Amino acid sequence: MSAFLTVDDVSRVFGPNLNTGEKIAARLGAQVETRSVRAVSDVSLTVSKGETLGLVGESGCGKSTLGRLMAGILAPTSGTVLIDGAPVMVNGVKATTRVQTVFQDPFASLDPRMKVGDTVSEGPIAHGLTTRAQAKAYVAGWFEKVGLDPGWTDRFPHQFSGGQRQRVAIARALAMQPDMLICDEPVASLDVSIQAQIINLFLELTRDLELTTVFISHDLSVVQHVSDRVAVMYLGRIVEVGPVAQVFNNPAHPYTDALFGSVPKLVLDADELVHFDTITGEVPSPLAPPSGCYFHPRCPLATPVCSSDVPCMQSLPDMRTVACHHFKEQFAKSFGKAG
Amino acid sequence: MSAPVLSVRNLRTHFFTRAGVVKAVDGVSFDLSAGEIMGLVGESGSGKTVTGFSLLGLIDEPGRIVEGSIKLNGVELTSLPDAELRARRGKDISMIFQDPIATLNPMLTIGQQMKLAIDAHERLGKRAAEARAAELLTQVGIPSAVARLRSYPHEFSGGMRQRVAIAIALLHRPAVIVADEPTTALDVSIQAQILFQMRDLANETGTALIWISHDLAVVSSLAKKLAVMYAGRIVEQGPTAALLRDPRHPYTAGLIASLPAMATPGTPLVQIPGTTPSLLSLPTGCPFAPRCELATSDCNTEPEITFVGDRGWRCFHPVSHARELTT
Ligand SMILES: Nc1ncnc2c1ncn2[C@@H]1O[C@H](COP(=O)(O)OP(=O)(O)O)[C@@H](O)[C@H]1O
Ligand SMILES: Nc1ncnc2c1ncn2[C@@H]1O[C@H](COP(=O)(O)OP(=O)(O)O)[C@@H](O)[C@H]1O
Ligand SMILES: [Mg+2]
Ligand SMILES: [Mg+2]
Repeated sequence: MSAFLTVDDVSRVFGPNLNTGEKIAARLGAQVETRSVRAVSDVSLTVSKGETLGLVGESGCGKSTLGRLMAGILAPTSGTVLIDGAPVMVNGVKATTRVQTVFQDPFASLDPRMKVGDTVSEGPIAHGLTTRAQAKAYVAGWFEKVGLDPGWTDRFPHQFSGGQRQRVAIARALAMQPDMLICDEPVASLDVSIQAQIINLFLELTRDLELTTVFISHDLSVVQHVSDRVAVMYLGRIVEVGPVAQVFNNPAHPYTDALFGSVPKLVLDADELVHFDTITGEVPSPLAPPSGCYFHPRCPLATPVCSSDVPCMQSLPDMRTVACHHFKEQFAKSFGKAG
Repeated sequence: MSAPVLSVRNLRTHFFTRAGVVKAVDGVSFDLSAGEIMGLVGESGSGKTVTGFSLLGLIDEPGRIVEGSIKLNGVELTSLPDAELRARRGKDISMIFQDPIATLNPMLTIGQQMKLAIDAHERLGKRAAEARAAELLTQVGIPSAVARLRSYPHEFSGGMRQRVAIAIALLHRPAVIVADEPTTALDVSIQAQILFQMRDLANETGTALIWISHDLAVVSSLAKKLAVMYAGRIVEQGPTAALLRDPRHPYTAGLIASLPAMATPGTPLVQIPGTTPSLLSLPTGCPFAPRCELATSDCNTEPEITFVGDRGWRCFHPVSHARELTT
């Protein structure tokens, strides 16, 4: 399958955003943060047509930033993002309607003073996908598609439950008739029983509408369930990408292995004293990342080369890529564990 | 079995609001022995936090414990005067919250806050207090504890702040700690470290733990005992592994079956229809009945909790095996 979305060597740096007072204070030697954060660092990725790519990693590793870069709503500091060969952003302005976003908190992303029907029809009217006269029927159609009562278009966001609001947010994205959806933690704020409803809706819609999707979540079991491939991020870099089954069952990067090892599993055996494979220490500050491989201070396989050289992305025969100097040893280890 | 350190019977905590009576907790009973960990799970609004607050005597207007008994080491807490309750809070029973920022004072060093927490219940010299504080910080996994006593909360990461909150909760070796979603805001790698440590601490110190969570997997790896809440009631309780393997209440069964981990990747998840009911307009009878596939006209009457051995459920038509629901 060919690449539909191409992320080519993309980085995004956030400056310290100092106000004048802080700038003067910094000059005078006060403790003001003047360092910048490289939230996304030299990321290259492709997403194939119709595929769902999961994006995982601990908070602050750059998932949302990468998602916004892919959606064309945040400008990269360097590098390019192409959708079907065309840039998603031109001169710092979103240049396509083919990719749309769904965020974690549907309440924050819906205007509380606007009828939800107007929120959903706003974009499609502006882009000529429907007319003002036909908007009501157009929106009702999308409401039905996402499992909302089409008679509810005149209601306001507060009249909906959390799960229903997320359906409204999905309807708004779909009403733009995109080819691609970027979903950033779409079920994180929902209760388990509602999560299942939204995940099922998501699976059904991506299949029916042949959508290409990026699904960002810190919940690994959700990502495993919905994704075809998964990318693992650490401190702004991608450390491993590949088909879900391979990456989850036989991690090729020691960080992937450690991350998956820390996820509690449902324990059904009373005598089992659960062992957690905890990663030692914490994620270093993104303001001062370590040298070489960012994971080396916490890595059980680290050797001197890991603190001096940034590992490059290497392709493995099973369709995955990994950035680790010791992936072969990690591989042997994870196959040993599985067997 | 030794006598329970905490014994809760038929606890009911209601809020008398302008919109009506919110029966946030409406039938909670359980026992907890020394060193035991009980998971308290349920979806948001099911009454987990209000249960925790009730145990600590932290319910304010317009709320009130309207019925029930809370016995801590044999002493009935619900009828204690405020001053006596305050004397016990933090000493015999303490609480850890999801957001440690809410409990830590940004203007004081960790050492100063821990000294204040010690002073509240005990006379200890400055030296001795510092030694106790440092010992506890070390115990909860904070490196170079003595030096960190001089740090302010903002100098700690989220995970480290939660460890400090845990250390403060442990200061007086309370009989019971209520931990309200303490790892929900943390990353999995930090969560795993803290779960591991809490299990060891409960074991070593004999402190009993109530671990409130919405995450069944977290609770199953930590707690030997489990209680599931729905609409203010404990609808099912018992030994964790047995309960998860063979749930009896249709709500518990649905909750477990809906987990992505229970399904083949890419296939539809089992879903519980509908949404959680508003506590202001609960149906008469079983509050889960409107969402329940097994409900009959019997369910128009509220079921009492039925105990069979160490397992209990509040249902007229218990599921006989979980598999029936998933197919
Ligand atoms: N607008 C911004 N200004 C400054 N720093 C930012 C901004 N957005 C994100 N960051 C920083 O970039 C890093 C990555 O953040 P984010 O993409 O939100 O991570 P994630 O979604 O994985 O939690 C973090 O260190 C965060 O503090
Ligand atoms: N001070 C209050 N006044 C009115 N209702 C309250 C108050 N505190 C909690 N409630 C209600 O009690 C119910 C249970 O809340 P809570 O215990 O916080 O749920 P959980 O912790 O399980 O998410 C909710 O419906 C909530 O709105
Ligand atoms: Mg994010
Ligand atoms: Mg709560």
